[in-house]
This record gives sequence, C-alpha cells and structure tokens, in this order.
Amino acid sequence: MSSTRGSIKVKDLNLYYGSLHALKNITMSIEPHKIVAMIGPSGCGKSTLIRVFNRMNDLIPASRVEGEVLVDGVNIYDKNTDVVSLRRKVGMVFQKSTPFPKSIYENIAYGLKIVGIKDHRILTETVEKSLKRAALWEEVKDRLNKSAMSLSGGQQQRLCIARAIAVAPEIILMDEPCSALDPIATARIEELMVTLKDEYTIVIVTHNMQQAARVSDKTAFLMHGQIIEFTKTTDFFTKPSNKITEDYITGRFG
Amino acid sequence: MKESIHTAFVRTRLRRAIWDKAMVYVLSLCAFGILLVLFIILGHLFIQGVTSLNLDFFIHLPKPVGEAGGGMANGIAGTFTLLLLAICVGVPVGLGSGVYLSEYADLRFAQVVRFMSDVMNGIPSIVYGIFAYIVCVLPMKGFSALSGGFALGIMMIPMITRTSEQFVRMVPPQLREAGLALGIPKWRVTLDIVIPSALAGITTGVMVALARVAGETAPLLFTAFGNNYWQRSLTQPIAALPLQVFNYAISPFDDWHRQAWAGAIVLILMVLIINGWAQFFVMSRNRWSSGK
Amino acid sequence: MSRHDTSDIVFRRILAVFPISILILVAGIFFELIWSSLPSLNKFGVGFLFSRVWDPVAENFGALPFIFGTCVTSLVALLLAIPIGVGAAIYLAEYAPPKVSKTISILVDLLAAIPSVIYGLWGIFVLVPFMRNSVQPFLGKFLGFLPFFQGPNYGVGFLAASFILAIIIVPFIISVSREVLIAVPSVYKESAYALGATRWEAIFNIVLSYGKVGILGAVILALGRAIGETMAVTMIIGNNVVISPSLFSPGYTLASVLANEFSEADTSMYLSALIEIGLVLFLVSIIVNILARILIWSVTKGPSEIIK
Repeated sequence: MSSTRGSIKVKDLNLYYGSLHALKNITMSIEPHKIVAMIGPSGCGKSTLIRVFNRMNDLIPASRVEGEVLVDGVNIYDKNTDVVSLRRKVGMVFQKSTPFPKSIYENIAYGLKIVGIKDHRILTETVEKSLKRAALWEEVKDRLNKSAMSLSGGQQQRLCIARAIAVAPEIILMDEPCSALDPIATARIEELMVTLKDEYTIVIVTHNMQQAARVSDKTAFLMHGQIIEFTKTTDFFTKPSNKITEDYITGRFG
Repeated sequence: MKESIHTAFVRTRLRRAIWDKAMVYVLSLCAFGILLVLFIILGHLFIQGVTSLNLDFFIHLPKPVGEAGGGMANGIAGTFTLLLLAICVGVPVGLGSGVYLSEYADLRFAQVVRFMSDVMNGIPSIVYGIFAYIVCVLPMKGFSALSGGFALGIMMIPMITRTSEQFVRMVPPQLREAGLALGIPKWRVTLDIVIPSALAGITTGVMVALARVAGETAPLLFTAFGNNYWQRSLTQPIAALPLQVFNYAISPFDDWHRQAWAGAIVLILMVLIINGWAQFFVMSRNRWSSGK
Repeated sequence: MSRHDTSDIVFRRILAVFPISILILVAGIFFELIWSSLPSLNKFGVGFLFSRVWDPVAENFGALPFIFGTCVTSLVALLLAIPIGVGAAIYLAEYAPPKVSKTISILVDLLAAIPSVIYGLWGIFVLVPFMRNSVQPFLGKFLGFLPFFQGPNYGVGFLAASFILAIIIVPFIISVSREVLIAVPSVYKESAYALGATRWEAIFNIVLSYGKVGILGAVILALGRAIGETMAVTMIIGNNVVISPSLFSPGYTLASVLANEFSEADTSMYLSALIEIGLVLFLVSIIVNILARILIWSVTKGPSEIIK
C-alpha cells in the first residue's frame, strides 16, 4: 500500500462557484514521487484545480464539487473527511511567500506545536531537518531566533517549503511559487523541487512553460476549466497530440 | 518521526475540534453581549423616561427645588443656542483650515497642522472647559453662553478640519482646471467652484461634529454653567440639556430623576437625528455623483 | 495677470489664518494651563504628583489620589474591555456573515455615540444598585480573600466606574480591531490552513499576530479615552479622596475632581491646583493619544477615518 502513498486520482470532477462552472469533467491520475506541472492561460482553472487537492476552495463561499478525488485511495470529498487531517497530509506553498510574524524557528515549529508536540528535542530536530531539506539550513542556522520577515524573498519561500515539510506531508502543492522571485532564487527552488521528489509528490502550477519543461515529469495543459492534454513532459513539449496544446506552446496565443 | 506526528495528531484531534467549536460560541457571545448591553441601556432610557415626555416637559421651565412638575424647555433651547454659537466658532476655522490644507498648504505645514488637529482630538473635553474658563469666564467675570459656545466650538475644529479637507480634496481636478482656464483667479475658483462642489460633504462633516458636541456636559460645567430661567443675554449663564440631565440625576429628588430620564431621551434623539441626517446626506450625495 | 496674482496672494494669506489658529490654539491651551497653575506649581513643585493630601481649607494640595483613581479605573476598564472587545472584533471580522457583521458594527457605533452623561444616568440608577445588591456581594463572598474585594459595599466606587468605562471604550476597541483584522491579507490565514490548522488556530495564532500592532494601537486609543472620561465616572465613583486597594471603595479621578470641585473653588490657590490637575490630564492624554495613532497608522497605512 505504500506505493499509493502520495497518489492522487481525480474522477469526473466538476466544480462550481455558484452558477459558474469552473472545472469541467476533470479526470487525471498523479503517481507518487513525481512532479506534475499544470500550465495554461490565465483563468484556465489551474489554480482552482490545485486547490481541490487540499480542499482549499472550501473557503470560497458557494463552491460546490461533484465527482471524486482520491488521495491515497480515499475520496477526500466524502462527507466524513477530516479536512484538517487532509491539509496536513497535502501541504501547500503559495505564490506570495507568507512567513508568519514570528522567529524562523517558531515558523517551522508552528505546524508541530498545534498538533500538541511539546518535546523540545523533537521540535528542534524537526526544525533542523526541515530547513536542511529545504536547502535553507546553512543560511539561517545561526539566527533561528531572528524574525522570519528579515529573510529575502527566495529565502522566505524556502522557509515556507520547510514549514510545509515539517508536518510530514505526502504531497506538496505549489501555486506559482517562483513568480515573485528573481531568476537565481527561482533556480534554487527548482533544484530543490527535484530533490524533494524522492520523498514527496509535487504538483506545481506555473505560468512559465520553460520551468514546467525543466522540472516536471508530467505536464497538464488546461483551458476553460478542462484538461486539454496530460502527458509525459518530454512528449508534451516535443510532440503534443492536441493542436491547441501546440498552439499554446509555440506562443500562438495565451 | 512520522509516527510521532501522526500519533500526536490523533491524540490532540478531539481537543482541537472542541476548542474550534467552542470559540465560535464564545466569540459570538462577546459580540452579542455588547449588543445586549446596548439594548439594556436604551431600554431603561425608554421605560424610565417616555412617560415623562409630555408637552409640559417641552414648554415649561424648571420648578423651584423640591416642587414637582416643570420641564426642560430652557435646556433644550439653550443647547440649540450653544450649538449655534459653536458653529460660529468651529465652522470658519475648521472649513478655512480644511480648504487651506487641501488647496494651498505645502507638505510640511500640512503635516504639522494635521498632527496638531489630531492632538486636539485627544484632549479631554473638560480641559477645553478649563481653557474656556480661563480665556472667557475670568475676563468676563462670570459664566456665559458665549464661553460655553466657545468651548464647544473649539472642540469641533479638528473634526470639521479633517472632513472639510477630505471632501474638498475629492473635488475633481478638472473642475478647478476648467475655472482656471477661463482666466478666473484661483481664489475665486476655490470660493465659487470648489467649495460649493464639496458642500454636501462639508455639511455632513459639520453635522457629525455637531452631534458629537451636542451631548457634551463637561466643558459646560463651568462655562455655560446652567440657568433655571430663559436666556436674557449671551453674556449670562445658560441652561443646556446635558447639564440639566446631570444636575437632576445627581439631585436627591425623585421628580427630578424622572425628568432626567426624559431629558436623556430627548438628548439622545437629538444626537441620533443629527447623525442620521448626516448619513442620509452622504448616501444621497453618493448616489448621484458616482465615480469618485 | 499680476492683479490675479496679488489677489491670490492676499486670499492665501488670509486663509492661512485659520490653520495657524489651530496651532495657536494648542499652544495657547498648553500655555494658559501652565500660566494659571504657576502658583500651585511654585508652591508644591513635583511633590504635587506624589502627595496624598487634598485639603482646600489648609490650601494643601496633592494629586496622588486622583492619579491613583484614574490609573485604577482605566486599567480595570481595559482588563474588562480588551478580551470582550477583541473577541467581538474577531467574531465580526472572521466569523459573522457580512450582513450581520455590518449591522452589528453600526449598532456598536451607536454605543459610541451615546453621550457620557447618559451613561452616568444609567450608571446611577441601574448599574450602581446592581453592583450594590448583586455583583459586589457575590465578589466579596467568593473572592473576598483578595484585598480588591474587601470593605464596605456602597455600590458606587472604583469597580462601578471601571465597569461603565469599559462599556464606553469597548466600541473603539471593536471598530479599530475589526478594521485591522479585515486588513490582514487572507493568504496568511490560508497558509495556516494549509499546515493543517483549525479555523480557530489559524485566526488566533496567525491572523491575530499579524494584527497585533494595530490592535495594540486600538487599546492605547481606548486608554486615552478612558483617562479623559469625565461625566459617567463622576456620577458613579463616589467622589472620595482616598487611595485604597479595594475596588469597592468610593474614589476620585483626575477628570472627576475637576468636574466636581472646579466651580466651587473659592481661593486662587485652590483654582490653581485644579488647573494643574487639568494640565496633568492634558499632557497624559496627548502622549497616550499620539502613541496610539502611530501604532494604528503603521498597520492600516494611514489615518483611520472611522475614529472621530
């Protein structure tokens, strides 16, 4: 069963915001320990889709979901789903880095403290491990008690990744994590993503096609709330099977 | 380590869920509890005072100490007089300052004036009473309507300055440019075009400030001082509604207590009506001039 | 053209009189307060602030009991008003449906508009009997081992005054805190959710900590209001010159001694001492108010239009 840990299976998903049909008949399957990129023009639904996986679109009033979304084989839109538990298992990093107004240490430890872990040793160990995993440890190990707001943009984003990792998720969702960063910081995060693949499944939304090509194993192309194409990245960019995909990639629109 | 998180999670899940649910009730209790206090206060006001709101109350002067009956007619009239005097002091300075800050002032000066205006807002109202005492009552050798009006007027200045500046600023630059392009000097443009355009907002600001000082008692304690008879001249002490409510409330006479409640109802209605009128002004203005 | 320039310059000069008079006014108030309290300042010096004696007959004046009373009532009022005010603000900003939130906010503003003397009136005839008959006996019975809840029970006193002050300042705390919380970008709350926080945890741990500076500003603003509050306090504090650890004790505040005794002052030293109290009140309020505004502006990025 551990081979399904970190897997997502979507079956005939339709999502509505009131009367707006935002996602139409989505069916896709994401395997563990893979990086899946979702691209498409603005408003195509990629951010909406990624938020389905941790039920963040529940926060939007009048949102309604039909169909099934199976994380590790269990439908997360079942009536009995514990959303809090789901969100620990499926972590998220946002476009704008969101360090809490606390120290670097407290930021990482937050997710652990709220589930009741008080043991100082475990907390410190986990903080160190997460920061190392997020390639931030060397830069901050001497100032863990300093405010997280004093970090640079790229460092803050890696902090957010470390923070998500600290609660031991299986899947990490990233919604345009590099769009506010300079190329060097972006490159560091892309390197990081590839190393994270060993332990986690990663789904990334990006408007940057080159990034998708560099980093992902499979790429999904969305338009108007539908999946137009979803294949291995190498095939996706060299011989897309759909004409619309080809037009988008070659820049004829979008 | 994964086990550690998972077991901790399971262990605390119920407690967290209970807190989450409970806090919804606690927090809404805070909000509705405050509403409850509001209704209790207004309720008592109404119950205690409404029966005393008869015609007598509005047209009669207070009876001598200890005698039943009488009214607060002079208090109501006195409050109107004081507010009128306050407008004479507060509006010119407030409006003039607001217009200057918006149209003429350089940044440094404007910051200093605005800062001082905010400082004025924070001064307790009784200190204004002391100031008016020193500046008006002592030289005039007695309490007077003028000193009371002065105290209330200077209290209004910061509020009127702030709102006047705000609404004059909102006048579209095109209006000014049109006037200037016709060769009209700037001061005429300001007086004839800009201020009239902002008049509705300015009036609203004045009314809100008026509502605020209408209920003030402290600055009147040793300026207007109070009077059991009709006003003869502005250089004599004058009755005011909040003053009479205060004096009656702390007196030992039941009949005066009864009238104090009635006076309180009239006072709060006055404040509400002025405020409500101001809101109505703003809303009706906003409805036909869109695109601000 | 030059004719226009001249008339413009003249107009500008004339108009400038008004904002300048604001500056003159503030300076003038400060000056007059100092000038008129000089006799008292000279006679008592700094000791004025630390002396407990208030004897108009012997012309020996000290402000300590009033400073004590102002501090006690303001602090207790804050203790009561902060949890309830911030709690209500959280409810309005995060939990209540928009229409409910708006309606309640308007009603809270209504509370803020009630004149102080009406609070005092209600205080005398409703709150004080309630204190005397129910609250204070209850507190005396269960918490009477604490010095705060001992002593004779008149109903009027520090506790009653603190209660009414709390009611008066709570609307300020609610409306500013609510604004501050609404201004926190929702992505911060979402980040907390994404870590597996419950709704309360996300709001309390994260949203509140982003808003804490602004809320502190609101609290200090409320403190400034409490310090200067005159009528309601005067009417139910009992007007007793005393320094007592008991909250049941009748007392006095800086503002209420002014309200009560100013028009009775028969000697110039008496008047001067009272005006010096007015000076103390003036300075303290200004400092507190400035501090509050700096804090609030640093968060909402500009003067908040809702307050005053």
